[in-house]
This record gives sequence, C-alpha cells and structure tokens, in this order.
Amino acid sequence: MKKIWNLFFIMLKIGLFTFGGGYAMIALLENEFVSRRRWMQADEFADMVAIAESTPGPIAINAATYIGYQQNGVPGSAAATIGVCIPSFIIIFLISLFFDAFQQIQWVAAAFKGIQVGVVVLILSAGLKILRQMRKTIYNIACVCLTTAGLVLCSLFAVNFSSIFYILIGAVLGLSIYFVKRLCKAGKTEVKK
Amino acid sequence: MICLRLFFTFLKIGAVSFGGGYGMISLIREEVLSHGWLTEEQLLRFIAVSESTPGPIAVNMATFIGSSQAGFAGALISTFGVVLPSFIIILLISALLKKVMKYAGVQAALNGIRPVITGLILGTALILLLSSAANIKTIHDSVLLDWKAGAILVILFIASTGYYKFRKKTFSPILLLLLSGIMGVLFFLFE
Repeated sequence: MKKIWNLFFIMLKIGLFTFGGGYAMIALLENEFVSRRRWMQADEFADMVAIAESTPGPIAINAATYIGYQQNGVPGSAAATIGVCIPSFIIIFLISLFFDAFQQIQWVAAAFKGIQVGVVVLILSAGLKILRQMRKTIYNIACVCLTTAGLVLCSLFAVNFSSIFYILIGAVLGLSIYFVKRLCKAGKTEVKK
Repeated sequence: MICLRLFFTFLKIGAVSFGGGYGMISLIREEVLSHGWLTEEQLLRFIAVSESTPGPIAVNMATFIGSSQAGFAGALISTFGVVLPSFIIILLISALLKKVMKYAGVQAALNGIRPVITGLILGTALILLLSSAANIKTIHDSVLLDWKAGAILVILFIASTGYYKFRKKTFSPILLLLLSGIMGVLFFLFE
C-alpha cells in the first residue's frame, strides 16, 4: 500500500512539473525511476518508451500506466495514471472557470490575437521537426504530401473526411507493403531453389 | 446527454491519436468544429493555454473543452474518456501481450501510420495558417489578408529559425507564446 501511495505522489509531482508534453516527461520519469530510485533497469525503461510512443494516446499517460503496472499491478497503474492527470485537471479546470472573464479584458484579448498566430507557428514547427527526423523513403514522402494535401483540400472544399480514415489507410498501406515485400522475398527464394 | 457525447468523442480521440499531443490536434479540431463546441479562434486559445500549463496537452484539452461545455462533470468525463483507451491498451500489452509490439505486422502498420500523422499535423497547421492570416476557411472565401497577423507570423518565424541557428535549440513553446502575446498587445491594442 505504501508503494502505491509513493507511486501516486511521484506521478503527481511529475504531472505538475512537466511543461510541453510527453517527451519532456520522459526525461523526468527516467531521472525518477531509473537514476534515483532504481525501480527500473535502463533497457526496461527504453522498452517502455518505445511502447508508450507507438500506442495511441498521450505518451505521458501510456508511460504512467506502464510503470504503474510494472511496479504494482493494476492498482499501481491506476494510481500512477490518476496521479499524473490530477495536476493538469485541477489547473485547467480552475483556468476554465475564469477564462471567459479573463478574455474580456482589453489587453488580454489583444494578446490572444497574437498568441493565436503563435500557436499556428508551434504546430507548424512541430510538424516540420518530425518531418526533418523522418526517414526519407518514397512511401513516407508520398504519404506526408498526400495526407497534407488531402486535409487542406477537404477543409477548403468543406468535405467531411475524418482524420481517423487517414490513419486507418496508413495502417492498411503499411501492412500491405509489408506483405507484398514478404511475398516477393518468398518468390525469389523459390526461384533460386 | 452532452456528457455522453463528450465522453465518446474523447474516447475516440484517445483511441486513435498516435504520436503525442500535436498528433491529435487535427482530430480534436474536426470534432469540436463539427459539434459546434468551439470556434477556430477559441480552439487556438485553448491550445495556447494547454501548451503553457503543465501536463499532457491531450489531457489539458479534454479538461478544458469538457469544462467549457458542461462544467465540472464535463471536464471529468472528457478527461476520463481521453485517458481510458491508453490505460486499457497499455494494461493489455503489459499484462498479456508483452511481445505484441515486436511482431513485424504491428511494426509495419505503425510504419504506415507514422508519416500520416506528420501529414495530419502539417495539414492542420496550413489550414490554421490560411484561416488566421488570410481569412480563408473554404474556397468561396475571398482572400482578406490580415497584415498584422502576417507580420507577427513572419517575426516569429525569423526569431525561431534564428534562435535555432545560433543556439542549436528550438524555442521553448512558452517563450514563443509569450513573445507572440506581447506582439499581440503591441499590434492589436491600439487600433
């Protein structure tokens, strides 16, 4: 029981002090669980990061659930996940109570007009950063271009086409390429025989 | 009723959003606009607040949107909805399917999805860029260039690329939002 509370409070602290999303949190988690407390091995932690990155949902939540389960089963994962969410929840909820009134202030409204542009720049640079790090295969480049163009055109022509479909199409294409490659390989070895 | 709709919307968002906070912006945008929960302007403000407060962006957005639609209950149920898929999927993986991420098929599907997510983020950024700097939301809108927004955009871009060149680091998001807020006051307060 003590370990569950421990887990809860560590995650509460991490939830309170991570700005800027999941990747910032990974560093804090590593420091807390691998370097300081030695509750996890480095390679185990690396596995955890890989899983948290490639499953759907916020990386921070995935990581918290995973570490919680590793340490203390289902109760541990629940404690860790709730812990990491509580600071966000309270802070945002309090802000949301005053947000409308806050925006009525003249200079705040003016500031937010600038901030809206700032958010667009943030999203754009996040996209460009991933693009720079991406392996430039033909599939990847084609996929980025088609998705970007599809999204913009659908929006301009007011066509409803959910982002979910793009993601599903991506998964299907990835799988098909994999199976085609495997068939080709099997064919080649057949010929050699 | 609204709570139920919030719950299922955020359940859906939590279940299909790969690639961290910005990966889900495109889906969140579609959902809040089509339900009429927020305007595009409000959405951008919510993103700014979610980005500059601690915690995962997805959780912050869910809490914020839920609260704006249905108070405390809405905030609670939206947050629960966006977290639940992660929680269940990770539990399943760590309890039963330890090896599932190592299967070649799973990796192949993920490799297929990754560039799509990049495209979704870039596409959403372009859509927001067109509508905030040139007031183009659909093809029927006439171009109405907002020179002030455009100027802020150019300054931010020069500042952040310059910073990257010299310091080899990207601007912290909070610094960038602060800068854009100050420019907002300078450009828009005295009109």
